[in-house]
Amino acid sequence: MTVQGKYSVLIVEPSEIIVEGLLSILKESHRFDCLHPLTDGAFLADSIAGSRPDLLLVNPTLFPVSGKNSLRAILQTSPSTIPVAIVYQYVEHALLDSSRMVLDIRCPREEMLTSLMDILQEKPQPKTLADIDYELSEREKDVLALVAKGLINKEIADRLNISVHTVITHRKNIVRKTGIKTVAGLTVYALMRGIIQ
Amino acid sequence: MTPLHFSPHMRLAELISANHNLILILPRLGISLGFGDRSVREVCVQYDVPEDFFLLLCNVYSFEDYRPGRKEIEHTDMHLLAHYLRKSHQDYLDRLKHIERHLQQLAGQVEPKYGQLLTGFYEEYQQEVIEHFDCEEKIVFPYMQQLEDGGTMPEGTEGFSIARFKHVHGNVHDKLNDLTGIIFKYLPGNVFPKESIELIFDIFQISIDLDRHTLVENKVLVPYVEHLERIRK
Repeated sequence: MTVQGKYSVLIVEPSEIIVEGLLSILKESHRFDCLHPLTDGAFLADSIAGSRPDLLLVNPTLFPVSGKNSLRAILQTSPSTIPVAIVYQYVEHALLDSSRMVLDIRCPREEMLTSLMDILQEKPQPKTLADIDYELSEREKDVLALVAKGLINKEIADRLNISVHTVITHRKNIVRKTGIKTVAGLTVYALMRGIIQ
Repeated sequence: MTPLHFSPHMRLAELISANHNLILILPRLGISLGFGDRSVREVCVQYDVPEDFFLLLCNVYSFEDYRPGRKEIEHTDMHLLAHYLRKSHQDYLDRLKHIERHLQQLAGQVEPKYGQLLTGFYEEYQQEVIEHFDCEEKIVFPYMQQLEDGGTMPEGTEGFSIARFKHVHGNVHDKLNDLTGIIFKYLPGNVFPKESIELIFDIFQISIDLDRHTLVENKVLVPYVEHLERIRK
């Protein structure tokens, strides 16, 4: 956080319209201090090593999935930075893995600001393992029930009237909380927990 | 090879102390226990196992970051590769059967509906592994053999290439990890911790080993067949 109590944000996005739009929403809230945006990933490593922003709003398609130019590798130079993927089209799952949150820019501005503040205020990371919440939220249970029934992300999104990216975020949280990765395993979990019959 | 990895002059016993799991490799290559203080080189000569191949396996098994270079793959004597992988498969299938028996015992002691969930999950998993191994033994290995020996493609391998295998080659241990989690975290009314713990340890062990097996396939089998494909073109 900066001295004025604002969170510093760096945007990495090639589209000028999107950058301008994000800047305008962020500035209006007076909670963010926006650094000079980058249009591609080329200088991100240098930039965040120097500025260590609290939040990185990044277009995940600008980076390879793995290797030294991947987002995950670059972020190692500034471990306190929270990476948030900004998406406005379908993006391959693997590219979203290194982000803590997926932000669909088509969502309403209030929702955007609330979810960004939520993730920032989660920081610092819980100090002890006991602080981590392993209980599934009601929404996560809804998603899990549909996963267990064999529905794909698109179908789950349609059923629950949420975006595919939100479904993916829920699924990542379910895997993190339960420690179970496969659909077959999640189905057994859902049945044992009485989430589905 | 960097000094961090195993070398032919080390005693075989040293390798095993460094990584106990290496002991699993020995019977698959026909090497018996009781090798005393003999070096890797001496043991390999005794059992007629190419030393470079043996070390390649041990290194991939033990050092997660280790990835043999193209030169190393090209210069290694791989004539035992398919044999080794087949033996490994048999080994896993035997151990999965053993786990299945224990799991059925455990499943018989909890509420039937949960017991059925466990055994159902496991059977499905086991079937997947069998199909996975089957595909390798019926298509990938014959394909590799044909590239090594020349001649016409064996039946079932027409149009196959290792790139396709790479594409579909999934890992076979995620489900096993899920199973252990389900048993120790979520199985309701599981009041038989001794059986559960033994079972979970068996699963942990095979899960680690299957993970290594996948590494051998990805880091040795795939690049070797790619090399064969290059020289055949």
